[in-house]
Formats: sequence, C-alpha cells, structure tokens
Amino acid sequence: MTDTTIDTARLQARKRIRNARISAFVRYVVLLAVGLVMLYPLIWLVGASFKTNNEIFANPGFMPQNPTLDGYIEGWKTSTPYTFGTFFLNSFKIILPKVIGTVISCTFVAYGFARFDFPFKKILFGSVIAILLLPNVVTRIPQYILFRDLGWLDSFLPLWVPSALAGDAFFVFMLVQFLRAIPGDMEEAARVDGANSWQTLLFIVVPMLAPALISVALFQFMWTMNDFLGPLIYISSVDKYPVSLALKLSIDTTEAFAWNRILAMSVLTITPALAVFFAAQKYFIEGISAGGIKG
Amino acid sequence: MTSRRFLGLGYLAPYIIGLLVFTLVPFLASLYLSFTDYNLMSAPTWTGLENYIDLFTNDRTFRRSLTVTLIYVFTTVPLKLAFALFIAYILNYRLRGINFFRTAFYVPSILGGSIAIAVLWRYIFATNGLVNMGLVGLGFEPVNWFGDPTNALFTITLLRCWQFGSAMVIFLAALQSIDKSLYEAASIDGATKFTSFVFITIPLLTPVIFFNLIMQMVQAFQEFNGPYIITQGGPLKSTYLLPLYIYDEAFKRFDMGYASAIAWVLFVIIMVLTLIAFWSSKKWVFYAGDKRS
Repeated sequence: MTDTTIDTARLQARKRIRNARISAFVRYVVLLAVGLVMLYPLIWLVGASFKTNNEIFANPGFMPQNPTLDGYIEGWKTSTPYTFGTFFLNSFKIILPKVIGTVISCTFVAYGFARFDFPFKKILFGSVIAILLLPNVVTRIPQYILFRDLGWLDSFLPLWVPSALAGDAFFVFMLVQFLRAIPGDMEEAARVDGANSWQTLLFIVVPMLAPALISVALFQFMWTMNDFLGPLIYISSVDKYPVSLALKLSIDTTEAFAWNRILAMSVLTITPALAVFFAAQKYFIEGISAGGIKG
Repeated sequence: MTSRRFLGLGYLAPYIIGLLVFTLVPFLASLYLSFTDYNLMSAPTWTGLENYIDLFTNDRTFRRSLTVTLIYVFTTVPLKLAFALFIAYILNYRLRGINFFRTAFYVPSILGGSIAIAVLWRYIFATNGLVNMGLVGLGFEPVNWFGDPTNALFTITLLRCWQFGSAMVIFLAALQSIDKSLYEAASIDGATKFTSFVFITIPLLTPVIFFNLIMQMVQAFQEFNGPYIITQGGPLKSTYLLPLYIYDEAFKRFDMGYASAIAWVLFVIIMVLTLIAFWSSKKWVFYAGDKRS
C-alpha cells in the first residue's frame, strides 16, 4: 500500500519534471521564432545597405553577393549641397540642449512636487497627469502661431524651449514617483545641519536621483533623435535639417533606383539610438517598469 | 514655514510658465480658432459653428479620414496589447537567457518611431520587397501591400504592433509581481494552466492592462510618421489618418481654423473614449487590497 503511494508520488514528480521540460522547450521555440521574425527586417536592412541596387529586390538573404560601400559613399553626399555630416551635427545641436534642459528643469519640478507643500499642489500635480494624456495635436497649431509671432520659426528654439520648461510631463511624473520612493531622512539631516533647500537638492537629492536622471536623458535623446513632426513643422532651411528630415528629403529627391543609398543612410541614422540603448539598456528597462512609458 | 510654502512653488516655476505658455493658452486658443476662419495672413474672423458644420455635412475627406482612424485604432491597440501580453506571459518563466530575449524584443521599440524604420517598411512591403520574396519562397502568392486599401492600413498596424516592447516590459513587471502561491493553491484545487490564466493572471493584470490601453490608444490616435512616410495617406485615402489631414490643412493649406476644428473633433473622441475607460474601470479593474499598483 505504502509502496504504491510512493510509486505514484514518484511517477507524478517525474511527470511534472517532464511537463516542465516540454513547457520550457515550447517557450524557447516560440521566443526564438518570434525573435527571428521581428529582428530579421533589421538584420536584412544592415545587409542590404552593402548590396548593389539590383540585388536589394532580388536577394532576401542577409549576405550581400558583391559587398559594396557605394550606398554609404553616395548616400553620405546627398543631393543637397550638404553632406549627412551636417545633418548629424544638426541633430546633435537639437538633442544636446534639449536633454540638458529637460534634466535640469524636470529635477527642479519633481523636487518641488515630492518634497514641498504649497497652495494648489493637487491641481498642479493633476495638470501633470492631464498633460501626459493630452494629445499634442490640439496644442500644436497655436504653438506654431506663437513661435511664428516670436520669430522663432526655422530655428531650434521651438524644439528646445518647451522641454527646458519641464514640458515633457512624463519625465516629471517619473522623477516624482522615483523621489517619493526615497525616504527624506538624509535631506532632513542635512537641513538640521543648516543646509538650505538648494544645497540639499544639489548634494543629496541629485546623487540619489542619478539613475533616474540617466533614464530621462537616454529617453529624451532617443525620442529627439527619432522626432520627425517637430522639425518638419518648424525647420524649413535645408542647412538646419536634422537626420530625420534629411532622410525624408533623400527619399523624395533620390532617383528611383538608388535604394541602397537610402538604406545605407537609414542604417546610419538608427545607429546612435541603438548604440546608446545597448550601452545602457538597464536604465531603459528600469525606466519603463518604474513609470510606464509610451513607445 | 510660509517661506518654505512658497519655496515649493519656486521650484515649480519653470513648469508653471511652460504649462501656461505652451499648454493652457494654446489649448484654449485652438478651441477659439476652431470657430474662426484664419489663414495666418489676416486676423481670424469669427464664423461660429461653420467649420464643424462643414466637417460633418459636406466634407467627404473628413468622413473617410475619421473612419480610417477609428478602424486603425481599434485594430492596432488590441492586437498590440494581446501580442505584448502573450510574449510577456511566455517570458515570465525561469528561462535561461530571458534578459537576452527581453532586450531583443525591445529593440524595435527603440527604433520604431524613427523615419529610418518607416523607410525600411516601405521597402520590405514593396511589390518585390522582402515580405513578398519570403511569401513567394514559401509558395504563396505575392500580396499587393500598398495597392490595396485594406492591406495598406494593415502594414501600418503591423509596424506599430512590431513595437510592442514597452507594453511587454510593463506586463512582464506586473506578471513577476504576482504571488506564486496563488497558482499553487489553484493547481491543488484542480485548476488547469488556462483557468488559472483567466481567473488569476488576467484579473491581477487589469491595472496594467488599463494603463497600457489608455496610453496606447492616445498614441494610436496621433499616428503620423507611419502613414506620412510609408503610404502618404494612400491608396484612395485608405491610410489618411486624421493627424495627416490636420497637418495638410494647417501647414500646407494654412487653413488654421479648419485644422483646429478637426483637431478638436479628434481631441473630443480621445477624451470621450478615455472617460469611458476610466468610468468602466471601476467595473473591471481589480486593485488587490488597498495597494494601488
């Protein structure tokens, strides 16, 4: 009697292990299949950028038959008087001030929300959530008129200034959530020791907030690099084009047969975002899990 | 203490200025403009409800655009969320290499919004592009992706579903926080994997499903880059989503009043759907205990 019970128990245990193995196997197969289908277009893109034009629409494989740098060399020159070098420089001229402005202004605002009490705090924090959900499409036209009246059209100011005034509510929200999770003991101690709120922010809060600030900087970098509609509306001179507009321009102006140039430049424009992601993926994943994110 | 009260507001100063100048005033201004005729050259002239009446009575482009937008949102958002949840569920297991897969699946989300990827999409769905080469290789008929109205919209849906990474990471974090003992208790009571998924996993995930639903919906209604680059709104305006129509009216025809009216219709639709989601959430979103997650 006891023997049979032990036997059934053993049998069940063995069955459970077998089921677990099958389950793991099925999961791997699904993950690999999905991963391959998802990443193949990107892999193909990289291969295709080294192919000749004829081969792009003839060879579904990754490896180019006659690898050539033609796409890169010709694509880099563009059909404008400028090279892609100018456009990359423009992109970075937009990105750098925007990221710095975002990090500084959002730190101040998040610190204010998380550590102080003041009149209308509830309404103001409510407005952060409201901006988060507010479709930009409603404010875009008057913003354009405002920037036109200020004489800011065809400059980078419309892209910089709203972010420098903590306009990206998502980052404010994320930093407030992050700060609320950190106990205020250290700041209290600093205050007792005579530090003012500004010193407390700079020497105590900012170092603790550092990982979250890195996430903010990385996301803003990536989004600005990918941003298309903003530059499309505000930038009109070709010499100020960022890479996203330059790429669109090259589709419109490149002769219909020079696909490899466009694909080669596409590879170049996604490289900075990819490099940053792989160098700092931990911050991306933590950032999304912490705040929940669009994208 | 009073000085400290105002100190908080001091730290908020940049935000308050930005809120007024770049959000609140433009928000009200666009409502006002939607009741005017304004071409940037002369001052806006008040026309009352004319723009709205025009939109709903004799603008066939608007009706087409609105229909296409609704079809796009109601197919893309559920597909994307279902796919994200499916992959998160598979990943939520003690698998070796889970970090590798999580990273790999997130890569498209890093790049998805970029013009480069929209360009890539144009090539892989071209008549003799990568997708059709694959289909022919597998013995299927090639598909005319951009020539057929239904297919063209679907390529944009596919592009956005391809970027399921953010929703997946949020689902995965929520799945990992579910107490394993719940599943053990259920399996002792004879529940199968499927019943525990339906009766334990899904209810505990409703807060993040709700969050993802709202965020993805607001975003989908504003889709611009995909149709602008990949299909240019065509064929037969089948991918002419409302943001494209607003862009053309505002920045190509400089009909700011009319464009504002379209923007407000879009805004009201998003608002109403968001409010329905919030209102109905009391019935279907389950917050474990008092802990709001």
